[in-house]
Amino acid sequence: MKKVIMGNHALSYGAMLSRAQVISAYPITPQTQVVELLSEMCADGTLNAQFIKVESEHSAMASCIGASAAGARAFTATSSQGLALMHEMLHWAGGGRHPIVMGEVNRSMAPGWSIWADQNDSLSQRDTGWMQFYCASNQEVLDTVIQAFKVAETLMLPAMVILDAFALSHTYEVVDVPDQALVDKFLPPFKPAIKLDPADPRAFGGLTGSEHYMELRYKLEKDMEKAPALIEETGREYEKLFGRRLGLIDPYRCEDADFVFVTSGTAGYTARVAVDELRASGVKAGNLRMKLFRPFPFQAVREVLAKVKKAAVVDRNCSYGAGGIFYQEVKSAVYGWPGMPPILGYVTGLGGRDITTDSFKEIAAHAAARDRADEEIVWIGVKK
Amino acid sequence: MTQEAKKDKKFTMTLPADELMACGHLACQGCGATLAMRYMLKAVGQKAILCIPACCWAVIDGPYPYSSMDVPIYHCAFETAASTATGVKAGLEMTGDTGTTVVAWAGDGGTFDIGIQALSGAAERNEDIIYVCYDNEAYMNTGIQRSSATPFGAWTTTTPVKHFKNRPKKDIVAIMAAHKIPYVATASVAYPEDFVRKMKKAKEIKGTRFFHVYAPCPTGWKSRPDDTIKLARMAVQIGYFPLIEIENGEKTTLNMMIKQRKPVDEYLRLQGRFRHLQPEQVAAIQAQIDTRWEHLLRGCTV
Repeated sequence: MKKVIMGNHALSYGAMLSRAQVISAYPITPQTQVVELLSEMCADGTLNAQFIKVESEHSAMASCIGASAAGARAFTATSSQGLALMHEMLHWAGGGRHPIVMGEVNRSMAPGWSIWADQNDSLSQRDTGWMQFYCASNQEVLDTVIQAFKVAETLMLPAMVILDAFALSHTYEVVDVPDQALVDKFLPPFKPAIKLDPADPRAFGGLTGSEHYMELRYKLEKDMEKAPALIEETGREYEKLFGRRLGLIDPYRCEDADFVFVTSGTAGYTARVAVDELRASGVKAGNLRMKLFRPFPFQAVREVLAKVKKAAVVDRNCSYGAGGIFYQEVKSAVYGWPGMPPILGYVTGLGGRDITTDSFKEIAAHAAARDRADEEIVWIGVKK
Repeated sequence: MTQEAKKDKKFTMTLPADELMACGHLACQGCGATLAMRYMLKAVGQKAILCIPACCWAVIDGPYPYSSMDVPIYHCAFETAASTATGVKAGLEMTGDTGTTVVAWAGDGGTFDIGIQALSGAAERNEDIIYVCYDNEAYMNTGIQRSSATPFGAWTTTTPVKHFKNRPKKDIVAIMAAHKIPYVATASVAYPEDFVRKMKKAKEIKGTRFFHVYAPCPTGWKSRPDDTIKLARMAVQIGYFPLIEIENGEKTTLNMMIKQRKPVDEYLRLQGRFRHLQPEQVAAIQAQIDTRWEHLLRGCTV
């Protein structure tokens, strides 16, 4: 059924259709409507789930972990400072192998207080053992939640479904809300191999000496490495039922491009418009939108970049002292591989500053005059 | 029950004989927290799940992949005993298990200090969990640093003799009772029958149930391991740790009336952590105990 819904509600519908059994969440702008709608769904019986109205995001993730350990499908959503408060528990969910799915609305970190979009909140969590999916439309948000549960539960790894503050969270779009029976066919109930069960007592997460810890982490990494292939396979299965698939990347006019932007989130769709306009003016541009960030889709990125002459990574985030985070990761993905183009890095759009087609044209012009990156991080759109 | 005990007709075993805690755990000699766990499990039984945050019991249970317990344990983050237990209970209910008792089991650090937000949140929502704080009056797992459960006058590694703890112990029982939860109780490892009776009673109540269990720590208190029960008993008999129950934040019952309370002196003398105290400081501690005892008697049924 087609509905006009905001990005936040796309998350709520995704959780509902996935039949989340325990939802534990704390409100934070701009995520609030996610939990408001889920709260209503739990109250009126639309969704048969327990909604735990916790007193903090830290407790939200802790109780999701407890619920997941008890064998229930758990969902939460947060943003910015709330995600940062959860940080310790993100490690617990990743290291403890709990396939929780979380909606994460990209919002800048304070100070100064900002409720607007950038990605430093989620990217700060890149080493916690969570998969990270970056979305560019409300449809993609909803579809990703359902597929993320399937991938997460197959690998026993948690997943974040990430969308830009306001640009998606509060923007209404037409979304095809899939039929529940079809979703049930795609996503079976969560049945973990081991769980907290008095009939089969086990201790989870206990004191682990140096003779065991590394092997536990090795298994986590090896399972994380299985994710790209599994996401592709899960996407094909989803596509058969719903006509859309998740995928690792979203290349646009990259096949014959000389120059590509590497983007993520809603900036990826703005980049498409810029690409069309650049092409009209004679620049053979393309856009590579990153959908999956963790695990990093090395091969998919290399395949696209091998065909182009130059790439500019456009980051709505900054690892201060080292530049954009996607930029660092894309560079490391192509390092040492023959035939790879120069990779240039640009930071823009922090704190909700608009990333416009002009931003991309400015980046393209700047990149045209450079053959390689130097240490100076290029900022686009900073007021002089 | 031993064969000798069975032959002795005068012997009556009032505690459940089941042992859900095995030997081979990693506790220090004379550990009160170990006895507390043993008695709790005897009362609650095998259909239980424990959530244990960072505390001595995170170690006592034994390292991965071992466990000295015959019930499942989730080793959770320091400040999350109550919130993890909340999630476990919700997860069990949603997967069709409504009969398992979920017990959050934390020390005084994880309860009085870093865990109090999650505990208060769970209690305010009246989550259906039993929360047990075994109180050894300092951060013993990290090596005897003060907590807000450390009593006035005590030495710890972060309250050295020259700057001993000069603030009273946080009144966690009053704080929890103020949440108007159905059941708050104190218990002591020196009175296992009282402990087990209360835990069995708590098991039948729905909602948040809070236990404050007095569990001496010979390592941190600088006391003899074989004085653990003696100290725990003295704490009750001098009126320092009264055995009480508070139902719905209102009805307080004193389970053991002490008509002739002994002075605090010997209790303090048996513990190296109080060795430095001057007579006027001992008198101050005695006065604090007397005041609290009188306050308790005014507000409770005996």
